[in-house]
Amino acid sequence: MSGQDSTVTQLLGQTPSQTVGPFFAYGLTPQQYGYDWVSIAGGDMADEATPGDRITLEGQVFDGAGKPIADAMIEIWQADGTGAFATEQGRNTRFTGFGRVGTGMLGDGLFRFTTVKPGVSVAGEAPHINIIVTMRGLLMHAFTRVYFDGDARNDMDPVLAQVPPERRGTLLARKTSPGTWRFDIHMQGDAETVFFDL
Amino acid sequence: MVKLLNPRDFSSQPGYLDSGYRSTALRGPTKPLIPIRGVSLAAPVYGHDRIAPGDADLTVNGRKEGEPQGERIIVTGRVLDENGRPLANTLVEIWQANAAGRYIHVVDQHAAPLDPNFFGGGRCVTDEQGRYRFLTIKPGAYPWGNHFNAWRPNHIHFSLFGHQFGQRLVTQMYFPGDPLLLLDPIYLGVPAKSRERMVAQFSIDVTEEGYALGYVFDIVLRGENAAIWETHG
Ligand SMILES: [Fe+2]
Repeated sequence: MSGQDSTVTQLLGQTPSQTVGPFFAYGLTPQQYGYDWVSIAGGDMADEATPGDRITLEGQVFDGAGKPIADAMIEIWQADGTGAFATEQGRNTRFTGFGRVGTGMLGDGLFRFTTVKPGVSVAGEAPHINIIVTMRGLLMHAFTRVYFDGDARNDMDPVLAQVPPERRGTLLARKTSPGTWRFDIHMQGDAETVFFDL
Repeated sequence: MVKLLNPRDFSSQPGYLDSGYRSTALRGPTKPLIPIRGVSLAAPVYGHDRIAPGDADLTVNGRKEGEPQGERIIVTGRVLDENGRPLANTLVEIWQANAAGRYIHVVDQHAAPLDPNFFGGGRCVTDEQGRYRFLTIKPGAYPWGNHFNAWRPNHIHFSLFGHQFGQRLVTQMYFPGDPLLLLDPIYLGVPAKSRERMVAQFSIDVTEEGYALGYVFDIVLRGENAAIWETHG
């Protein structure tokens, strides 16, 4: 009625994303790759002293031809066993909930985190782990989530509910042995992992 | 309490599948992203205590027996959100080739010399004004296998978290006037209107007399919803 735009914004433009490229390892995951520099995070996030159910989360990243990708970087960010996220002020002393690894050190594009099964951080959600996937050939990182197969709370999770039923399985880690969960990431193909815009 | 973020501005961002950048063909997701709205999550907590003051000086942090080769430069700027608010205390990580265009990464087989005194990785945390500052060596251009006679423009890789999980950014900083920019599929993968946001500005004010040229590179992450005002006309 006033003739103004429906949304008036005076925003600076967002800086565009670019690929992480093939050579990130010495800068972002130096210790894991044997460079002489301390990493800010790695794959070993929890040990015997960390409260909660210790788990191994592992998997491979596959390209559209089904080939494992050995130059991806996977970051995970999760709540602790009670559902609490660490904060800078009150960091969980033994568990930050943040892990970061490249897929180039274990062979066949494998990644592996030692962590704890997250608790529920928001009532009504199912336990899950947030994931950032980035690699050479990806001009913008991709967000996804891991849920735990067989957890009854998955049926009520509001984010899973927004995923078409036939694709929900791409977000489920499956137990391969006691304490070990397998989560493969497929960049393309019939089993293409669900990636989120958040 | 974490506020909701403005959406990612996809009109400023590269696509996942890019005909010029060959590696995207088998790696870029092909299905539409599924929007999750109403979720707010703070940025990851990492090992702040592992960041040393010297990590921001790449002319020093790789020294073994002397100074690294090449042209010393200062790269500084502010990390802001879209509303122009500085993002203090946020991690900025960089990595780059040496002056000859060679990365220390073992996978890099480009036939240019490694520099025993240059590592190429750096990081720091922004100050109260959102400012970061690195001292480094101007990286060289290097060839890559994307197409015949393909050369990457001089660039520095950047990784940032911001304050919220959804502000995560991995990008590259380029240098003004580089003739390789308009031949580079990675740079050209970004829509034309926003490409220059990735190009640093030369600054004589940042330049230090007798020591190093200065470049300014401000980085803008998604803003929080609160500062957008709407009038429904
Ligand atoms: Fe590069």
